[in-house]
Amino acid sequence: MREDRDTLGLALIVVSGVAMAAALAAVFLYAPREMTMGDVQRIFYFHVSSAWVGFFAFFVTFLGGVAYLVSGKRRWDVLAVSSTQIGLTFITMAVITGSLWARPVWGTYWTWEPRLTISAIQLLVYVAYGMLRGAVDDPEKKARFSSVYGIVAFVTVPLSWFAIRWWRTAHPDVLTSGEGMAFAARMGHTLLASLVAFTLLYITILRQRIRLARTTDTVMRLRAQLDRSR
Amino acid sequence: MAYVRKVWAIVVKDVAAELRTREMTSAMLVFSVLAMLIFSFALNLRGAVAQVAAPGVLWVTVVFAGTLGLNRSFTREQVTGGFDGLLLAPVDRSAIFFGKALGNLAFMGIVEIVLLPLCSVLFDVPLLRPGVLLVMVLGTVGYAAVGTLLAAIAVNTRAREVMLPVLLLPLAVPALIAAVQATSGLVAGATLSDVRPLLRLLIVYDLLIVAVSMLTFGYLVEE
Repeated sequence: MREDRDTLGLALIVVSGVAMAAALAAVFLYAPREMTMGDVQRIFYFHVSSAWVGFFAFFVTFLGGVAYLVSGKRRWDVLAVSSTQIGLTFITMAVITGSLWARPVWGTYWTWEPRLTISAIQLLVYVAYGMLRGAVDDPEKKARFSSVYGIVAFVTVPLSWFAIRWWRTAHPDVLTSGEGMAFAARMGHTLLASLVAFTLLYITILRQRIRLARTTDTVMRLRAQLDRSR
Repeated sequence: MAYVRKVWAIVVKDVAAELRTREMTSAMLVFSVLAMLIFSFALNLRGAVAQVAAPGVLWVTVVFAGTLGLNRSFTREQVTGGFDGLLLAPVDRSAIFFGKALGNLAFMGIVEIVLLPLCSVLFDVPLLRPGVLLVMVLGTVGYAAVGTLLAAIAVNTRAREVMLPVLLLPLAVPALIAAVQATSGLVAGATLSDVRPLLRLLIVYDLLIVAVSMLTFGYLVEE
């Protein structure tokens, strides 16, 4: 079988590489030093961006699940599972960077604050999603079950948010209120650059992950053909 | 009306099967009483601290006892081949879901009827109040619904008994937090209107879960 050149995929790798380098440069060179928190605040740009990609990836999982149940086409299931794996990586990054930031600023690595709690719950939910896929052999059943699970998970996660908001919140609400830290225009530009770079990175990895799944399918099919012809 | 009769027929079937064997409710009851006693030994609390811990202990026990019953709910059908019969019956798939969920709700309700007085005595908290009972009902409805949906998934996996809690607990978190917070508030002397946001959250959770389950249950059971 001829391996077709993935021009768009290659272009995406180059573009997201350049964007990541630009975002890094902006974070360390362009963005001003925050007055009260100092240099530790620079982790904020990548922290917010990874959290955004994590939540967005799980939204894509939800969409993929709905599309799979409606159409029954395997590519939607591939999209859902690929997006889940990337989302897990980025949510983990958001939790780790958040803890590193929280230690000097709040004086603790972890506190039961809404956004932290919801990230931790999401981690558990989508780890369970992965375990579910590992525990079902039939690929068609696997796709159906995990689609339903992805849909229910996406519906309940926002409710966790409201439930936990009843507990005291310490999270700086920089994007909507502007309070909590001095938010300069250059910081806004840097955050925007990081968000764009991380979103591009997500799309790039997603495309490669889907290609990997397709290749795996092809290999399985060829192997089955080989077994039959023997 | 015909739809309600079909749902009711499935509930009656489950309750009748349970009345003959009593394997599910007896296991849930013994487990939950044991869990409650072990919590009481392990935490060893008295007075005001016990009041703070009791709602959490109560709900955790209900949640764990619930997973025992939910697991049995579908494994029994699978072992006896009863589920194939249900699928062949000329009823809507969502009717099967409602029948199973209501049956599970009834079994959890029986466990709670025993647990509430026991918890009141062991932790010396006034749990037998109309407000607390309302929270119990609202929390259990959502938990039984999402549990029934996920049990239908778990029964088809390898290591199904282990799979259900892993799938169920993270999705039950919002209901659990709201229910524990509301129960704590009511025990500490708050009125129903004080905990209204939490009650509203529980109602929204129940409605969302029931709606999603109605739409998706059919995809889980088709062969």
